[in-house]
Amino acid sequence: MTAPTARRTPSTAPSSAGERGATETTDARTVLEGRGLSVSLGGRRVLEDASIRADAGRIHVLLGPNGAGKTTLLRALQGLVPREAGEVHQDGAIGYVPQRHDIDWDFPVTAKDVVQLGLVQRRLLDVRRLLGPTRPQLTAVADALERVRMLDLRDRPIGEMSGGQRQRVMIARALVRRPSVLLLDEPFTGLDMPSQELLSDLFRDLAADGCAIIMSTHDLTHALDIADRATLLNRTVIASGAPAELRDAELWQSTFEVGPTSPLLRQIGAFTC
Amino acid sequence: MLTPLDFLSDLTNPLLSFLPKALLISVLSAIVCAVVGCHVVLRGMTFIGDAVAHAVFPGIALAFVLQGSLLLGGLAAGAVTAVLIAVLGTSRRLRADSIIGVLMVGMFAAGIVIMSRAPGYSGSLTSFLFGSITGIPDSSVVVVAIGSLLVLGILMLLHRDLVAVGLDRGYAQALGLPVLLLDIALSVLVTMAVVMSIQTIGNILVIALLVTPAAAARMLTDRLVPMMLTAAGIGCGSAVLGIYLSWALDLPTGGVIVLVCTAVFAAAWALGPRHGVLRRTVGRAPVSAPAA
Repeated sequence: MTAPTARRTPSTAPSSAGERGATETTDARTVLEGRGLSVSLGGRRVLEDASIRADAGRIHVLLGPNGAGKTTLLRALQGLVPREAGEVHQDGAIGYVPQRHDIDWDFPVTAKDVVQLGLVQRRLLDVRRLLGPTRPQLTAVADALERVRMLDLRDRPIGEMSGGQRQRVMIARALVRRPSVLLLDEPFTGLDMPSQELLSDLFRDLAADGCAIIMSTHDLTHALDIADRATLLNRTVIASGAPAELRDAELWQSTFEVGPTSPLLRQIGAFTC
Repeated sequence: MLTPLDFLSDLTNPLLSFLPKALLISVLSAIVCAVVGCHVVLRGMTFIGDAVAHAVFPGIALAFVLQGSLLLGGLAAGAVTAVLIAVLGTSRRLRADSIIGVLMVGMFAAGIVIMSRAPGYSGSLTSFLFGSITGIPDSSVVVVAIGSLLVLGILMLLHRDLVAVGLDRGYAQALGLPVLLLDIALSVLVTMAVVMSIQTIGNILVIALLVTPAAAARMLTDRLVPMMLTAAGIGCGSAVLGIYLSWALDLPTGGVIVLVCTAVFAAAWALGPRHGVLRRTVGRAPVSAPAA
């Protein structure tokens, strides 16, 4: 990550250090909230006093350049990296969809096998595991695959699937535990436009069913289109609010470390104006 | 050349009682190695498997010098190495393969030095390095049989966890699985499989039992459990055919078993129904020119 050397103060920055920018009131139930999270990795501070929340039925997009700390923030919310400061409150289970390049796609397993792995329990030496998945577990797997429209391909090896199909299998693996919040790390990366649109529709459907979603991305095209709320992150939270409220070009310049003539700003204008 | 019927007759000959023992141990250890080997191949752990195979040598050598149990000696040394690889492998300063390389040659060198203090040093060394079908005590058959059941039982119990870690390490952590503990457990299972195989196939070639049947099976199937069953079948068949050919042609047992495994792999690589080279070459549809 390349942290900005001279961070400009956002014009809309309020006094709160954790979450700045436009304020927003919501009557949706908050199912996951991280406050003042700070994380160091390898002796370097990669996340500084970052706050974020997920509300039921809302899509919250986490935007920032490569190395901004988006993945670290998602991992910190799950307790997968040690926090130096901050606290996390959650209501219900968390479903996590990591980046697709973290997965060994040559592993000889089918879509159904992968989704079943979402149900693996921590009790390693429980001999009941030898009996295989129970009927309710099989039903949960089928439901999760149906929800992402992959039930027909349940017996196909993952190595033979397209990028979009693989992503939907990973989402089904997260959904099989019936989480109240879904954390998605760069779900659109490497996908063609039809696959991205299919995923966007899926995320809207999940949100309509009451699932809270936080998704990290540096791809703005679909993210801002479906976001109810966006957080701009570059090691710390630069701003947070509804996309239409994040019009100040300086916020985006500061987040993505680009100049005032960057094409990125024209792209942002198309979505936020 | 000895016919298969002659071989069957020799197997039941009381004067050749070492032969059925060697066959049983070879078959059991080949099956166990093949099943564990599927995880080794899929995770790209071949170098770790080779390191563990070499690392059991000082334990076996020490047990030989002290006239203790070779299996337990090898298991202890291999388990120590497996734990060291898993723990030291988390270092950010050195890549895991460097640590494995250092431990592998260090342990193997220790084995050679220890073995040099034993009477009849050179003959024993050859036997350990290249395997032998003679001189296997009855107790070894019992230990290998129990050990095989234990390894296969643990693999069945931990199957989904090991698959979860192999497929997606980060997600396994997110599920709360003890990933480091599972890594150590897999390395210890590899060690047990290696130690059980060393008597007949030898220290140098045992890695082939871990890797070759599993690699051949991968060419034949896209599902994990069928891959494990296929690998076990290839390992078992190679052990039986290898012992027979070794006995019939008076050739080194370990070498012949490994050559049979290699031939099966070559056949699977060339003739595999979906991923074989022949299928991919012949089955490729000709590219037609687009219509104007």
